[in-house]
Amino acid sequence: MSTSLTATPPQDISSTRWRRATEEPAWIRLTLITLALTFVTLFLVLPLTVVLYGAFERGIGVWWAAVQDPDALSAIRLTLLIVAIVVPLNTVFGIAAAWAIAKFEFRGKPVLISLIDMPFAISPVVVGLIFVILFGSQGWLGPWLAAHDLRIIFAVPGIVIVIAFGTLPFIARELIPLMQQQGKEEEEASLTLGANGWKTFWYVTLPNIKWGLIYGVILCNARAMGEFGAVAVVSGRIRGETNTMPLHIEVLYNEYMFTAAFAVSSLLTGLALVTIIIKSMVEWQEERRQRIAAT
Amino acid sequence: MSIEIDHVNKHFRDFVAVDNVSLTFNEGELTALLGPSGSGKTTLLRIIAGLEQPDTGRIRFHGEDTTDKHVSQRGVGFVFQHYALFKHMTVFQNVAYGLTVRPRQSRPSKADINAKVMHLLELVQLDWTAHRYPHQLSGGQRQRIALARALAVEPKVLLLDEPFGALDAKVRAELRRWLRRLHDDIHVTSVFVTHDQEEALEVSDRVVVMNKGRVEQDGSPEQVYDTPANPFVYRFLGNVNLFHARLHDGVARIGDIQLPAPEFHGYHNERGEAYVRPHEIEVLATRQHDDALHSQIELVSVIGPTVRLELRTNNTETLVHAELSKHHFHSLGLKQGSDAWIRPTHSRIFLPDERVANG
Repeated sequence: MSTSLTATPPQDISSTRWRRATEEPAWIRLTLITLALTFVTLFLVLPLTVVLYGAFERGIGVWWAAVQDPDALSAIRLTLLIVAIVVPLNTVFGIAAAWAIAKFEFRGKPVLISLIDMPFAISPVVVGLIFVILFGSQGWLGPWLAAHDLRIIFAVPGIVIVIAFGTLPFIARELIPLMQQQGKEEEEASLTLGANGWKTFWYVTLPNIKWGLIYGVILCNARAMGEFGAVAVVSGRIRGETNTMPLHIEVLYNEYMFTAAFAVSSLLTGLALVTIIIKSMVEWQEERRQRIAAT
Repeated sequence: MSIEIDHVNKHFRDFVAVDNVSLTFNEGELTALLGPSGSGKTTLLRIIAGLEQPDTGRIRFHGEDTTDKHVSQRGVGFVFQHYALFKHMTVFQNVAYGLTVRPRQSRPSKADINAKVMHLLELVQLDWTAHRYPHQLSGGQRQRIALARALAVEPKVLLLDEPFGALDAKVRAELRRWLRRLHDDIHVTSVFVTHDQEEALEVSDRVVVMNKGRVEQDGSPEQVYDTPANPFVYRFLGNVNLFHARLHDGVARIGDIQLPAPEFHGYHNERGEAYVRPHEIEVLATRQHDDALHSQIELVSVIGPTVRLELRTNNTETLVHAELSKHHFHSLGLKQGSDAWIRPTHSRIFLPDERVANG
């Protein structure tokens, strides 16, 4: 872009200004670039800076103390545990659902697609309430659960369920259009060549959906760590027990412990950044491999 | 390995794709399944491969019933219209795939796989592309790689679904000649689906013409072209002119023209339809015979060495198409708008209801 700008001589005195047929005038380009950069700065870079600034404002010692607090550690452990359960669960579900929808014809397919979208449409608070009504002590299954000494609401299982529900669409939604667009010819080719279903999935389907899958997993992971509303309803907010990182941050904030709140926030943000960095690295590696093979 | 199709039926909801088809493909033969889109030819091919399950009927390979055998166990090579190469694998990995996915005990050694893949790539004249990715190749090259990949597992039968359908005319023509030569070398029983009659006639040992899920005719390319079994085959295999005729005692009359029609002996003044190919119409500048139809040349189009004429007569509703060599046309001294006399030199007559004529 910069080359074309300099390609127009500034001292051009001829009345007709020369420019390439495929390019927009300079003022349009400048406006669009400025707009985009302003947005990125205001809504992405600035908040990130504020979080990091707030976290380290009073030095690394204070940050470390806030992160080392037993309640904070418990929240971090719980959040990681939930991610470790929910992300694999939704990965398996997402692949299975996308596979069924993209490769087979069956009755009720549009209904299934709409159902998968439902968690996006319902407010997280309502999701929390649904499960309280279902599993709470006054709920439909409450007496039965109590009789068998099973705790779901105000305990870890309840948090896992609402987060699994809330993040269910991410991977499936990412994969369905991708798999539909790819069709099933490559899989059929693999089968005619003597590969069984599992080998076909492993060697042909999975490499083809790899990027969509990684992207879906990252989104699912980010949302699972950050989910607030539904967890707030079902967790009971027991400190050191059922508080996840977002809930812990809110507690700290409400108690005017701003530095501690920012410290845990910075950790949560850091975890999200790590996943994005991992994705970029994998992408970069793959590109390099392709480039080497091409030469 | 011969393939036997025994009373196979297949429908998709209300649509009958294959309607009670029975056929046998002989060992080592290259057969074309020819038909318009929706004629059931691709479905039949996929049923042979095991990619579709027939509703009723059996498939046998060399006498052995394979109807319920999984596609991966049938030992077929399948070539897809859009190549279906594995995008994320190199050409070498694509061709080696069928060997590398075998269970450990039946898998050839790395060196053997290597030798075999390189041999196949030489066979399709693309050994220099081994380390490229499919997207770096042209359409014709991709299809040759797809063929090499299918041959790597030493299939008992080779099935090709419109293999040249996505290629441009020149590459198509080259590739189909190449396929013919390749088949002469390896002699594996092959079935290929096409909607291009020229391709079917040029490449195959045998042509099976399909329409609406049924077999209309089954014979050598020459047979189906020269003696089509019914009006559908006539129309589908190249251009044809339709004349209304009167059938009377073994003679068909089109205007003043009388053509012998011995198969219609004993008919009295019956209506019939005479099918005449464009190159079977003789064009004359003057009325040399009594039995010629008067016409006017509406359009002259020169296509390389041949000339196609569109002529208007009083005996047909539509324009009559005639084809002759450029040399011959110039010697007649005719041009657009001239009067001309035409005479069918050969025709086949069917009764208006096509089913009756074929019994």
